[in-house]
Amino acid sequence: MQININVNGTDHSLDVEPRRLLVDAIRGDLGLRGTHIGCDTTSCGACTVLVDGTPIKSCTMFAVQADGSAVTTVEGLKGADGLSAVQQGFSAEHGLQCGFCTPGMMLVSTALLEENPDPSEDDIRWAISGNICRCTGYVNIVKAVQWAAAAARNGGEEG
Amino acid sequence: MYPPAFEYQAPDTLEGALAALAELGDEGRVLAGGQSLIPMMKLRLAAPSHLVDINRISDLSYVRRENGSLCIGALARHNDVVGSDDAKASGVVSSAAPWISDPLVRNRGTVCGSVAHCDPEGDWNSVMLAARASVVAQSSSGSRTIGIDDFIVSFFTNSLEPGEMVTAVCVPIPSGASGGAYMKLERKIGDYATVGVATQLELASDGTIAQAGIGLTAVNYQNTRASAAEDLLRGETPSDELFAEAGAAAAAASDPQTDVRGDAEWKRNVVAVYTRRGLAQALASATS
Ligand SMILES: Cc1cc2nc3c(=O)[nH]c(=O)nc-3n(C[C@H](O)[C@H](O)[C@H](O)COP(=O)(O)OP(=O)(O)OC[C@H]3O[C@@H](n4cnc5c(N)ncnc54)[C@H](O)[C@@H]3O)c2cc1C
Ligand code: FES
Ligand code: FES
Repeated sequence: MQININVNGTDHSLDVEPRRLLVDAIRGDLGLRGTHIGCDTTSCGACTVLVDGTPIKSCTMFAVQADGSAVTTVEGLKGADGLSAVQQGFSAEHGLQCGFCTPGMMLVSTALLEENPDPSEDDIRWAISGNICRCTGYVNIVKAVQWAAAAARNGGEEG
Repeated sequence: MYPPAFEYQAPDTLEGALAALAELGDEGRVLAGGQSLIPMMKLRLAAPSHLVDINRISDLSYVRRENGSLCIGALARHNDVVGSDDAKASGVVSSAAPWISDPLVRNRGTVCGSVAHCDPEGDWNSVMLAARASVVAQSSSGSRTIGIDDFIVSFFTNSLEPGEMVTAVCVPIPSGASGGAYMKLERKIGDYATVGVATQLELASDGTIAQAGIGLTAVNYQNTRASAAEDLLRGETPSDELFAEAGAAAAAASDPQTDVRGDAEWKRNVVAVYTRRGLAQALASATS
């Protein structure tokens, strides 16, 4: 089937079998390998992308279902003037160790801050609760999101 | 992992979906949130030959009050219920919504898909039993309403006919003082219930219990109504002793299995305790 999807601001036309998973279209057909496959059974959130702004598990959606949608992957977080606040926060607060969960963590955090620019610690923990991290113990991930929220409030200055 | 090949269509109207399902008969399968069906296909536990994707039928994406009921359309995601003011009309529905899976699954999975799936470990059918819900089933030849007790046939089996799909699930909004609660024991966020208990109470003007609803998750081969416990409550004046008796009756109606989540006897005890606590919480919100 022919589908049209906008990924990180660029339009793509792809010919995919209906059974092709969105994550495989992103990684395989488009070569964007920042979206990870962890469990492949809808349990870990490593494959999280935003579809029309909403975070979902791309291993559990068919590419044909994204026809006509705008998809954001980790590669799309960086803006014209450099890393996004969330990306800077993960760097400043050491919000990652091996980095495998990080793309998913940054995408759910980006969606959270879009909806709620001033989240409490509970709001942050709730928002990332579908994403599993085997390394950090989550403390620095929470701090990274708090850093990003503060930075955005201060007009792009460090939090 | 990738699923077996299938034919796919994504109609953008309900009529289109019903026409496709009519034509496909036994071969057609509805794809809603895909949060149960796609994992099952990837694990090759399901191999539908033809999927009718309802995700483009935006008319079915609602949570609203209709003629004294709270109705949830077939495309309403779990998260649409979490955020809905209308859903607060049913305490048991609104308290269950945040307990379903994790935020990412809630953004995609639907309430009606969960009801249709009839997974005994799924939470929604216990909620629907407690709230005495009706399922609206439509086919190209018409529509019918099925009481939730008749809709749930068994383990992963509902009473839809080929060509039919669920278009909504509706729970009556109690007219008098009422309250409800969903109590779920889970090992971690995103896990299915070790035990779940849905309770709803409606009070008469003299403070006695006019109607009681209790639904049990993950303790039988299907979501179960604790009828004997409901019978004990109806017409009585609420008290801690009465709620403890109802808890014991609900535990007697459960036949859990020993598994990684715990042993059977312990789970039965959790049913007793969660029923008692759920009823107390339902009473507190009915009288506040
Ligand atoms: C990691 C994980 C954790 C989960 N945890 C929980 C949990 O804690 N509690 C819980 O209750 N659920 C849980 N679920 C299941 C989740 O709630 C699903 O969303 C739900 O079971 C199915 O809804 P769906 O819309 O995704 O349906 P789908 O997966 O699209 O469909 C499921 C089945 O129902 C049929 N169907 C769907 N919609 C209709 C319709 N309108 N008419 C007729 N048939 C239909 C399909 O044909 C299919 O057979 C979890 C899922 C995952 C992946
Ligand atoms: S790879 Fe998709 S949820 Fe784990
Ligand atoms: S940083 Fe290693 S899994 Fe999260």
